[in-house]
Amino acid sequence: MAVVLPRLAARLAGAVFVLWMVATITFFAVRLIPGDPAQAVLGGPGSQASPEALAAVSVEYGFDQPVIVQYFAQLGRLMTGDLGRSYALNIDVGPLVLSQLGGTLLLAVLALVLAWLLALAVATWSTRGGKVAARVGSSLEIVAAALPHFWLATSLIVVFSIGLGVLPPISTGDIAGLVLPVLTLAVPLAGFLGQIMRESLLVALESPFVLSARARGESERGVRWVHALRHASLPAISLSGWAFGSLISGAVVVETIFARPGLGRTLLTAVTLRDIPVVIGVVMIVAVAYILMTLLTDAASRLVDPRLRLS
Amino acid sequence: MNGPALKSDNAAALTVRNLRVGFGLAEPVVRGVSFAVAPGECLAIVGESGSGKSVTARSLLGLAGTNSRVSADRLEFSGQNVLGLTDRAWQTRRGKDVGLVLQDALVSLDPLRPIGREIADSLRLHTTLGAAGRARRVLELLDAVGLPHPELQVRKLSGQLSGGERQRALIAAAIALNPPLLIADEPTTALDVTVQAQILALLEQITGAGTAVLLISHDLAVVSRVAHRVAVMYDGQLVETGPTAQVLGSPQHEQSRRMVAAIPADKPRGTRLSPSARPDAPRTPSIPDTPSTPDTPSSLSTSSSLSTSTNFRAGVSLESTVVLEAIGLSKSFRRPDGTSQLAVDDVSFALHHGSTLGIVGESGSGKTTVARLLLALLAPEHGEVRVFGEPWSAASEKTRRGLRASVGAIYQDALGSFDPRWSVAEILTDALNLRHERGAPHTTTRLTSLLDEVGLAPTVLPRRPLELSGGQRQRVGIARALAGRPEILICDEPVSSLDVTVQAQVLDLLDDVQRERGLSLIFISHDLGVVQHISDQIAVMRDGRIVEIGPAERVFAAPQHPYSAQLLAAVPRRPV
Repeated sequence: MAVVLPRLAARLAGAVFVLWMVATITFFAVRLIPGDPAQAVLGGPGSQASPEALAAVSVEYGFDQPVIVQYFAQLGRLMTGDLGRSYALNIDVGPLVLSQLGGTLLLAVLALVLAWLLALAVATWSTRGGKVAARVGSSLEIVAAALPHFWLATSLIVVFSIGLGVLPPISTGDIAGLVLPVLTLAVPLAGFLGQIMRESLLVALESPFVLSARARGESERGVRWVHALRHASLPAISLSGWAFGSLISGAVVVETIFARPGLGRTLLTAVTLRDIPVVIGVVMIVAVAYILMTLLTDAASRLVDPRLRLS
Repeated sequence: MNGPALKSDNAAALTVRNLRVGFGLAEPVVRGVSFAVAPGECLAIVGESGSGKSVTARSLLGLAGTNSRVSADRLEFSGQNVLGLTDRAWQTRRGKDVGLVLQDALVSLDPLRPIGREIADSLRLHTTLGAAGRARRVLELLDAVGLPHPELQVRKLSGQLSGGERQRALIAAAIALNPPLLIADEPTTALDVTVQAQILALLEQITGAGTAVLLISHDLAVVSRVAHRVAVMYDGQLVETGPTAQVLGSPQHEQSRRMVAAIPADKPRGTRLSPSARPDAPRTPSIPDTPSTPDTPSSLSTSSSLSTSTNFRAGVSLESTVVLEAIGLSKSFRRPDGTSQLAVDDVSFALHHGSTLGIVGESGSGKTTVARLLLALLAPEHGEVRVFGEPWSAASEKTRRGLRASVGAIYQDALGSFDPRWSVAEILTDALNLRHERGAPHTTTRLTSLLDEVGLAPTVLPRRPLELSGGQRQRVGIARALAGRPEILICDEPVSSLDVTVQAQVLDLLDDVQRERGLSLIFISHDLGVVQHISDQIAVMRDGRIVEIGPAERVFAAPQHPYSAQLLAAVPRRPV
């Protein structure tokens, strides 16, 4: 315990620092979007608000204050857990963002799991089935990793919804509606993870400890399950934290194409309307999810690699 | 078994007749090898890298590789044919009928699994023992291979054990089911001499218990300790087989003779180890090996600062000057857990012009840290290094840079010390400081003469390091070190990764350039034989301290410190 506590404290401090940086960068970045925020409060870019109304809103929301004062006011609110009120919807950002979080998390987690399964399957098969399998496997991985989400999503809709008519083109809220969005996110990631896994699997299969295991009478299956796959999964586990982040950003595209409610769409709408509190709210919640995921992959690495538990 | 009237071959634990192994469509790398090993006998196959010995060992387990073509007239374990077995049939035999021990257990045991699990694997695969039974047997095995406190060790990872401990664990895993045949492929190569001696004793004990042992090694001296018979492998064939004393004492085949002649230990300073194109100029050591009279005025100034210094007076001729001096060097490092460890502790010595100071010690003794301190790549915490009597470690890097050319360095891993994308020409042009005159005629002349000095033809100039052999690489490394016209060369394990005959050539080369250029050498090695051969003075290091320093002959003939004596006793020597 004496060793665990300082490490945990350092982690926590690091997480707080990351959140602070995220809040800061987002705060200044949204200020770069052209237009008057008071306009956003009064019905968005198209509304015909009077100058008096705009001035009143500016004072009420503090837009007339210097930027640095607004920054610290925002930071102070964030520290108390208050994400503010949406300009456009005039509701609290906290509950709004939380209500959208579930759908996006489900999408991201399912895509991550599917990507892992696909990557494992291709990597194992292609290192086992001889030269042709190796070629096919590695080509599949390269192609998959290079697919852009928007193209893949459109193609899947064309094939499965319009062509075959087996799956809905827009989200229906049931499992059938999840299949295409999850596939869209999982396939490119699977290609990427698969490349890494196959590479480290090949290294592990050539290593002296595998030769030792074979010399003990270990079967080909045993060599893989007891030794090689464990080694092969290590780099892929470390990358999963990053992959999760990329899945969430992919969700912006996927949720829009499949008309799925979620954080991605909420974020897109908020940016268009210059709804700063919602933008910051979404970014903060994603940052928290990302940090938790990183901690989780860290724990998973330590579980698989006992060497990390030593020091 | 068909009755008591056994033919000798049938009694053998392993019989191999006309084994041939090739890969893909290329020429076979093992070309018709035949031998037999009897129970309780140790046969050693010795050869240099690329001779086909490891491929032979792997073929005997059916593990030559997916791409391999293996054929033989006979391949039998205790009289039972194992030629052409299916994968599944091999799996039931490996571990049970034959065990394999590889080099360097750090990578030969799965680094993610506790050693207890690795050892229990054979039991899990071949017996019906339950978990408790396996755990009990693992403890017995660890005890049998001489690993102290087995119950504490079973849960450790191979990375948590010392080199000797993990090698014992690896052997325990291989003999878990008492296989009648044990194949050990370079089982002691990565180990320090004292640990090597212990592992060899363990192998001897296993042989003594009736196991047939096939030992694969590049090191004749090592095999001489345990092998009953030796087979010399060269270019895929066994060129000579016979009792150990006979093969090493009066080798018949040219390759055996070359390998035996290349062993540096016991060969006096200046004796050539390799057949050479250059006729041997009689060597006149710049420093007489015999101690001079005690009233020599320039006796080692540092000897008084050595706690272990004895009553020797270094044989230093009157005119020889100290070119490099270490005065009370200390350096410590921070361990991962935050505590600090003294890597070098109050080390003092002086290197005289034209002489060689050998520094020997086992891994972790601080030799390499000393090399880095001498090269001023690390700053000492206490003490200082002086070059030509001037401050060196204490000088600023700016001042040092002008003098750096006079202190050359040669490293063990020549390949790693080169930029892999540079050709030999680029490497040497850079070292000659002629980058701006690349391709100029005089640059080419300089390159050619530099290569000539290290015995390389100009044809290597366009090649990249990966396209060179180990010996060629080390020669390029030496050429690079010589390019700056150094007066001092610091060599850190310069021949440790080379085959014995190549090692012999490189040692001869170092000897030649030293004589021709009047170089002063610091020669760091774990190999006492090599150090003995090349050094005038020897410093023995242990735990960061010099425990003994003196003339090479005296240290080897009459070591004063118990640790030096222990090191010397552990060196495997061929029977004479």
